Amino acid sequence: MNHQEGYADDVVKGFLTWSIIWGVVAVLLGVVISLQLAWPQLNLPPYLTYGRLRPIHTNAGIFGWGIGSFMALFFYITQRLTRTRLWSPGLARFQLWLFNVVIALAAITLMLGMNRSKEYAELEWPVALLVVVLWVIFSINIIMTVIKRKEEQLYISLWYILAALVGVAILYLVNNVGIPVSLTKSYSAYAGANDANVQWWYGHNAVAMVLTAPPLAIFYYFLPKSTGVPIYSHRMGVIAFWSLIFMYLWTGAHHLLWTPVPDWVQTLAMAFSIMLIAPSWGAVFNGYFSMNGQWHQMRDNYLVKFLIFGITFYGLQTLQGPSQAVRTFSAFIHYTDWVPGHVHMGTLGWVSLVLFAAIYYVVPRLYGREIYSVGLANLHFWLAVTGQLIFSITMWIAGVQQAVMLHATNPDGSLHYSFMETLIELYPYWHGRAAGGIIYFVSLLIFVYNIVKTTTSGKQIQVSS
Amino acid sequence: MIEKRPVILLLLATAVIMVGTVVTMIAPFRWINDPKLRIAEVKPYTPLQLEGRDIYIREGCNNCHTQTVRPLLADVERYGEYSKAGEFVFDQPFLWGSRRTGPDLARIGGKYPDAWHYRHTADPQSMVPRSNMPKYAFLERPLDTSLTERKMKALGFPYAPADIEAVKGKSELDALVAYMQKLGSDIPWRKEARAAVAGELKNPFQDDKTVLAEGKEIYGRDCAQCHGAGLEGGIGPSLADIDQPDAELFKSVYAGIPAGGMPAFGETLGKDRVWKVVTFIKYQKRH
Repeated sequence: MNHQEGYADDVVKGFLTWSIIWGVVAVLLGVVISLQLAWPQLNLPPYLTYGRLRPIHTNAGIFGWGIGSFMALFFYITQRLTRTRLWSPGLARFQLWLFNVVIALAAITLMLGMNRSKEYAELEWPVALLVVVLWVIFSINIIMTVIKRKEEQLYISLWYILAALVGVAILYLVNNVGIPVSLTKSYSAYAGANDANVQWWYGHNAVAMVLTAPPLAIFYYFLPKSTGVPIYSHRMGVIAFWSLIFMYLWTGAHHLLWTPVPDWVQTLAMAFSIMLIAPSWGAVFNGYFSMNGQWHQMRDNYLVKFLIFGITFYGLQTLQGPSQAVRTFSAFIHYTDWVPGHVHMGTLGWVSLVLFAAIYYVVPRLYGREIYSVGLANLHFWLAVTGQLIFSITMWIAGVQQAVMLHATNPDGSLHYSFMETLIELYPYWHGRAAGGIIYFVSLLIFVYNIVKTTTSGKQIQVSS
Repeated sequence: MIEKRPVILLLLATAVIMVGTVVTMIAPFRWINDPKLRIAEVKPYTPLQLEGRDIYIREGCNNCHTQTVRPLLADVERYGEYSKAGEFVFDQPFLWGSRRTGPDLARIGGKYPDAWHYRHTADPQSMVPRSNMPKYAFLERPLDTSLTERKMKALGFPYAPADIEAVKGKSELDALVAYMQKLGSDIPWRKEARAAVAGELKNPFQDDKTVLAEGKEIYGRDCAQCHGAGLEGGIGPSLADIDQPDAELFKSVYAGIPAGGMPAFGETLGKDRVWKVVTFIKYQKRH
């Protein structure tokens, strides 16, 4: 058993607990702000307006739920893949404490309006500095564990973990450079189009280094663990790894098509976005081919269901993303609800489904108990997928409809619709999105209940080996 | 080989990450904001405008409003002249945004009179009934000016001591409106873009009662917020007794009256609909 092997797993439990708590907060806030968009009277100024709550939603989701779970699972995976106890469990415990302080501070300062305005880099400089400290001690712990490992070979998951550690560090440091005015106010060091280009180099590669590499590391570890058969091709994983981390960094400016950023930067971003389909689908095919002869497990094994749906959403995401990066299509759907539809397929579909599978796998092993209810896990799965699909599909339709209306012209060349005429048509879709979000939130509560019950009253696993 | 050497793997991964970073993020610094692309008319923010911009940032306005007009027909007709790199050289941070839940604001400066902004920001639904914008009436509180001078210094913007004094006693809303009115108005695009109304101006719908319903609808949507639901006036003058030939009224609606704060509706409405709303307004006078 794990404890006999001497792994430091208490900190894994701690990070999982808190990441789930922040995940619930993130989705709950998502539901709240979706309702605020549909019913503006639900805005309660000054602290509880859409403008102040939306950054808390994204930060709680990406940093609280996403990175919190990655920290837990990286600690879990790294120890097992290196057959080595964590370099410093004490440092990891301090990291958990600091992590919660940072996320709580982030929520409070954002609600107070201390906001640097750059998406996913909103935190004012003192909080951002704490994030840097957090990441440095996390990286040191993982890297030192890898260096003094007992297993010579580095499995592909560790490659993604190591790349994510350096990638996030570079992105975060560069984009957060600022000119402080006081403890609670600073300005970006870059101006105008430069600031925009740096920001979206950061923003899009946060998608690479936070929402792609870590879930892939987790996917590559837990798919074989769940199915009991090895991954289809290590070599394909390696090729996809290097091309992924090479190509991603060129694509940030696809968020800035048709803006005053130089055309050649936009065109490079467009070309590399299309090329990214190859490494992305390298991982998808690796997942699918690993299922050869094992597809019956989609029926029998709920973990596999989460993982294969997750990688399928990743595959769809990495086809839709490049299509949006093409100038002509971007001209049409950029700035509409299409984009939140896209983003939430990635976060609710791909990242979260893979995290759910990993947590369902890890928790029974950490606590020595069987999962409380497979039936509830299945219910969680179907509600999550349904909620996510309702969310994304309504947003795609809303985006296309608004785009068509915004671009419609009369025979004399004048615009056919005023802005408000296009906006009022969105209300029904916003109601649909809120419904999808609520369904997803319910699925999350079922997940939490199942996990809590597992740790307290799941059947004890017999120690056999 | 790399499978067994984590330090080399880390260094190699960093190098690979840096290639695209250098080409698409670092290299563009050489070209973006190049002095050659400077636009002489574009001025730094005044202390009041800068404070307004900070309130825009604090309230997260950029979550719903973009600030960049793309060189696309629909964008240019709806918002105005497309955005140039040189217009943003004083923007730290940039506020281009990523989602237009509300309309783009890159060219909002000079579009409406101040009074429109005061009323609309405090209570958007009183002017645009189905708007989903939150009410920002609380911005009527006094502006905190303790950091104003340090902010100007931090950004290297020129100011006179009198400018700093002038900010004191203002409300947060005053600052926000001052910022709104500066947005996109440094370059004289509005004057140049002002639609020239050429040819003979004859109302094609004169005495055509069938267009009154549509004219009323357009009036309710685009005119009533300033001129009142019953043409009684408000932010703009009363139109109840307007005594102007159709052609003059058409010109005012189509091309706007910049000095008086009247926006131009020609680009968004088109000639036909402008004539319809003119017909509606004139009909009210007669009946």
